[in-house]
Amino acid sequence: MIDLTASEIRDGVRAGKWKAREVVDAHLERIAAVDPKLHAYLHVDADGARAAADRVDASGVKGLLAGVPVAVKDNMCQRGIPTTCASKILEGFRPPYDATALLRALAAGAVPVGHTNLDEFAMGSSTENSAYGPSRNPWDPTRAPGGSSGGSAVSVAARMTPLAFGSDTGGSIRQPAALCGVVGMKPTYGRVSRYGLVAFASSLDQIGPIARTVRDAAMFLQAFAGHDALDSTSAPAEVPDYEKDLEAGVKGLRVGVPKEFFGAGTDPGVRAAIDAALKVLQKQGATLVEMSLPHTDYGIAAYYVIAPCEASSNLARYDGVRFGHRAKSFDGLIDMYRKSRTEGFGEEVRRRILLGTFALSSGYYEAYYKKALQVRRLIKNDFDEAWKKVDVIAGPTSPIPAFKIGEKANDPIAMYLCDVLTVTAPLAGIPGISVPAGFTEGNLPVGLQLLGKEWSEATLLRTARSYERETEFWKRSPAL
Amino acid sequence: MSLPWETVIGLEVHVQLKTRTKLFCGCANKYGADPNTLVCPICLGLPGVLPVLNRQAFALAVRAGVALGCEVANVTKFDRKNYYYPDLPKGYQISQYDRPVNRKGRLEISMPAANKNIGITRVHLEEDAGKLIHPDTEGSSGVSFVDLNRAGVPLVEIVSEPDMRSPDEAHAYLAALKEILQYVDISDCDMEKGSLRCDANVSIRRPGDDKLGVKTEIKNLNSFKSVAKALAYEAARHASIIEGGGKVQQVTLTWDAIAEKTVVLRSKEEAHDYRYFPEPDLVHIQADAAFVERIRQALPEKPAARRDRYVKELGLPAYDAGVLTGDKELAALFDKLRGEGLAPKVASNWVMKHVLAAMNEKKIAATTFTDKTRRIAELAKKVEAKQITGQTGAEIFAWILGTPETASVDEHILKQGLAQVSDAGALEAIVRDVIAKNPKVVADYKSGKPSAVQALVGQVMRETKGKANASVAKDLLVKALEC
Repeated sequence: MIDLTASEIRDGVRAGKWKAREVVDAHLERIAAVDPKLHAYLHVDADGARAAADRVDASGVKGLLAGVPVAVKDNMCQRGIPTTCASKILEGFRPPYDATALLRALAAGAVPVGHTNLDEFAMGSSTENSAYGPSRNPWDPTRAPGGSSGGSAVSVAARMTPLAFGSDTGGSIRQPAALCGVVGMKPTYGRVSRYGLVAFASSLDQIGPIARTVRDAAMFLQAFAGHDALDSTSAPAEVPDYEKDLEAGVKGLRVGVPKEFFGAGTDPGVRAAIDAALKVLQKQGATLVEMSLPHTDYGIAAYYVIAPCEASSNLARYDGVRFGHRAKSFDGLIDMYRKSRTEGFGEEVRRRILLGTFALSSGYYEAYYKKALQVRRLIKNDFDEAWKKVDVIAGPTSPIPAFKIGEKANDPIAMYLCDVLTVTAPLAGIPGISVPAGFTEGNLPVGLQLLGKEWSEATLLRTARSYERETEFWKRSPAL
Repeated sequence: MSLPWETVIGLEVHVQLKTRTKLFCGCANKYGADPNTLVCPICLGLPGVLPVLNRQAFALAVRAGVALGCEVANVTKFDRKNYYYPDLPKGYQISQYDRPVNRKGRLEISMPAANKNIGITRVHLEEDAGKLIHPDTEGSSGVSFVDLNRAGVPLVEIVSEPDMRSPDEAHAYLAALKEILQYVDISDCDMEKGSLRCDANVSIRRPGDDKLGVKTEIKNLNSFKSVAKALAYEAARHASIIEGGGKVQQVTLTWDAIAEKTVVLRSKEEAHDYRYFPEPDLVHIQADAAFVERIRQALPEKPAARRDRYVKELGLPAYDAGVLTGDKELAALFDKLRGEGLAPKVASNWVMKHVLAAMNEKKIAATTFTDKTRRIAELAKKVEAKQITGQTGAEIFAWILGTPETASVDEHILKQGLAQVSDAGALEAIVRDVIAKNPKVVADYKSGKPSAVQALVGQVMRETKGKANASVAKDLLVKALEC
């Protein structure tokens, strides 16, 4: 049962072939069996999951996700369920509300099984920055699963759930999806409501689906995309039917291959896998177009100014006054702030708060924040130019496959460079998907990244599906 | 003898908008509720929540700008002002930095010498913070409480140019500002309840100097009187520093209303760096010309313009015009009575005399009379036509106040027999009777005291319970006494 895709589970529940309760029990059993090795979960809500499954079974309405077990990244608020962002500062926090995306999935019959691990406040690329310990890559548990949605990617890759929510700010869905060999999509900024997603960098954050197959990702996104009156930045635009043209193929599609996506740091195994993937698309009727996105290399610099600036402000609310961690003893107000925040936040979060505070300070604002916004505009211009010539841009999701836990933990710059190919999409607000593209010689998954213009999710899903149909890498599963 | 100084003053006024709900969430915007009862995850700043702009608040901010003659921005946006304080749940205030809703307005103030225009730099929209409560009771030392009912209430901040030259001008500016904002109905402007708050910037220089002196800022002045006093104190303090050879330090102060002096809150070095940046949770707002025009059209006439019109076009005495336009509802009542066909001065008399008296006596609002103007006008016309006496008019006015507009004045007069008696035939018997009963007064009159007739008129009035037409009664009395 744990090998079923989400759409198979849903169809079976609808047809009465199996009960949602049986499905969730099988997955809870799987979690109990493998998660002690992988640490994908910070909190498993077995009772809540069974109750939700029973409700689906009892209900006459079988929605788009009827009976499908779903993992929730621990930065998405779920009513009454501990939501910590993998931070000590939110230890014990139980939100009195649900994130809109989660609420919509629940309304569609999804069965939430628990909250997954992440880099604290989604700041990181390996899930090592969790206050509760790292998650492990199911293909090689000595390696990191990527991040920040590492726990969600692990949950799907290790058959603990067929679907998981992720959130992407600089690559936090696509990169762990690539490193764990699953499908992960970052939708267009504004496609999905951010209400209830604990903010890291508000102008970049976007919730998206992690799944084993492209069809499952499309179906999942369908269930939670769309305008939300509670999020002013969510777009009022109509959500198309993502499954409608999924099998339509790529004939005549112009696929851009930017030279900047294959820099000197690209792992040879990754390079070979992506070259092979591009040939598959070509064979299926796509036209490959060599091209350039000249400002790609500046993406990291711009991203690591803008995201920390917004984070420094977004994380100011964790002050120990109303909720979350408050230091036990302190001397006056300032000392309470200082001690509570120093004790509550991990090193990387503190680093980014300081970076952002500095970059927004009087005298530095123009040199850092404003300059970064200008670079952001140039990166967006690069893409706008590209869409005149190509429909989709293809390349690796990550220049390297999964790295060893601890390998980059003490070198923030090396860690930041992991994001070089994923930060430009959120900076430009465009959608991107990572789809499994085979393995390196060391049997580590590689992800093919596809980027498209705003609101082109259907095109990206169709392209990814076309490639997936030919290769079927998703059928391979890690030995656990 | 020291040279004269010129005081330069600019004011920053925060005004709470009269909206149903808060600026970014659905909580009620209400004063005086129990602490932390008007809060939700959004105004508490819980993780993951997002602000959604209250359209009514935005419209009121535009109305404030239009009323103050501002240019309304086509596109405006919000910014975050970052600082830590327990009454600020998110650790930042959503405000407006470089693209405020309104810029470049003006406000006319009237001073004894001449009227003067004070420039308005900007009027922007932002959210209020909560309140800290420091209990004085024993055993609670060192403990403070936070009430977040006020957190997220919509404010406009109105920043003036440094155009005021005396504490009196600052006082006049505040009075004019309060008057106009109440008039256009965007705020109660009640300083006691904190719906109008004022910070003042002051510096001094020699008359004729172009350059401004070093300024100090006085925060949280909580009455018009405090503003004038604090400014006078501060200007004098600056003068004594400079005259003593010193330099004024740029500091932020508070006004100690009991000791009547300013106290330093923080120095320039301790000033906050608010790290403003664009609020990424909100989108830019378009205020197209048609929207602004609709607001402009719906704007009530400004008090000063209305006052002028009442004097020039309706011929009211300046005093009447001032009283009527001093309260928007009173002026509305006056206009409505004129609409019922009363001459301006007659309508004014009724409002100034009866309406105001009833308002003061019964502690009721002018709006209580809004749906009674038809009968009040009917009554006023009867008094004008001498069908009833002024005294009876007053009684009927009180009756009107306690009855619905459907109750008929005519019927009431008939039923109560209140019509004024002007018919000589009906009065003659009473006149004869009064003369017969008051031989002493009659003797006084006949011995050369014509004023004695008034006493007899009074008697006639008493006999008729005030219904007699006094002048007819007097004529009849004189006629009877002379023959």
